[in-house]
Amino acid sequence: MAEALAGFAAAVVDPGRPVPAGLTARPGADLGRRLAVYRNNVTVGLVDALAAGFPVTGRLVGEEFFRAMAQVFVAWNRPSSPMMFEYGAGFADFIAGFAPAASVPYLADVAALEAARTAAWHAAEGPALAAAVLARRVAGWSGEALLAARVTAHPATRVVASRYPIRSVWAVHQGDDPEPAFGGPWQPETALVTRPAGEVRVRALDPAAGAFAAALLAGASVGEAGAAALDEDEGFEAGTALVMLADAGAIGDMEEARG
Amino acid sequence: MKRRDVNAVLLGSLVTALTAAAVQAPALAAGKEKCYGVSLAGQNDCAAGPGTTCAGTSKVDYQGNAWKLVPKGTCEGMELPGGRKGSLTALERDVPKG
Repeated sequence: MAEALAGFAAAVVDPGRPVPAGLTARPGADLGRRLAVYRNNVTVGLVDALAAGFPVTGRLVGEEFFRAMAQVFVAWNRPSSPMMFEYGAGFADFIAGFAPAASVPYLADVAALEAARTAAWHAAEGPALAAAVLARRVAGWSGEALLAARVTAHPATRVVASRYPIRSVWAVHQGDDPEPAFGGPWQPETALVTRPAGEVRVRALDPAAGAFAAALLAGASVGEAGAAALDEDEGFEAGTALVMLADAGAIGDMEEARG
Repeated sequence: MKRRDVNAVLLGSLVTALTAAAVQAPALAAGKEKCYGVSLAGQNDCAAGPGTTCAGTSKVDYQGNAWKLVPKGTCEGMELPGGRKGSLTALERDVPKG
């Protein structure tokens, strides 16, 4: 029985395989065509899952293009987890290399933002270090200790850097308006995704603050992350950025460096 | 910039902003609190701990380890069927087995 099920499962996800032995259909029915119904249902189900998880990506290119693109992704990427919200983690990278989508150069980054929101929504719960608490904790530290300090990111925090204003594009495409006006300046934005009080929020950071956030939340010290941000912009304000990250709920904890 | 100058610039900004932040009121979760044991099955906001899928996963009504965000100050006063009450910490009652 287990063998028959495994054979059926393999045949359903791979149209190149012959109809497995042991399958039966009503008399006169074409076994290959009956199996094709199952194969189609799997594809449609996975495309629907992507459409549900990437609504703005879909609006940017229209339903027809999106479903065609999703079908190509589905053909090459089968779910590796029974939890469907994890399906689509590689969708943004796929879009980045999908030639027909090249005319919408920010599409992959918007998809990465949508995947980050889904991941943030499902991430584990954890404490967030409020800005005031962080500030009081470091008040007695030396300058060297402050620069050497590292943070632990809140489990739901995600950073998506882009050369395009992805947070703004994502925000104006929340409604059903097919051609929403985007009036903002066309400049790079790094999206900071956090989940304060159980609600997923997305903030736009400029490239310097984005570089600081990405480095700090990935484990760099305050000094290292700050130096990276100053490389982007000499006017970068590290203190403002650190307080902003704490206010956003991005930081789980921050401790004085040891040794 | 030289490394020493970079550190001086960073510290100047850090000290200014953190001094101001130390006296600000906490902004996080203002007006809401997590209330355990009050949500109906499948209507919780989030479950605790890694490996769970958070929102909408509670199996039974009033599950003790599932929470919902409610207006601050209202959780512990909630009275539910069967003499249950809401709690600000996870409860052991109404937890499905397995």
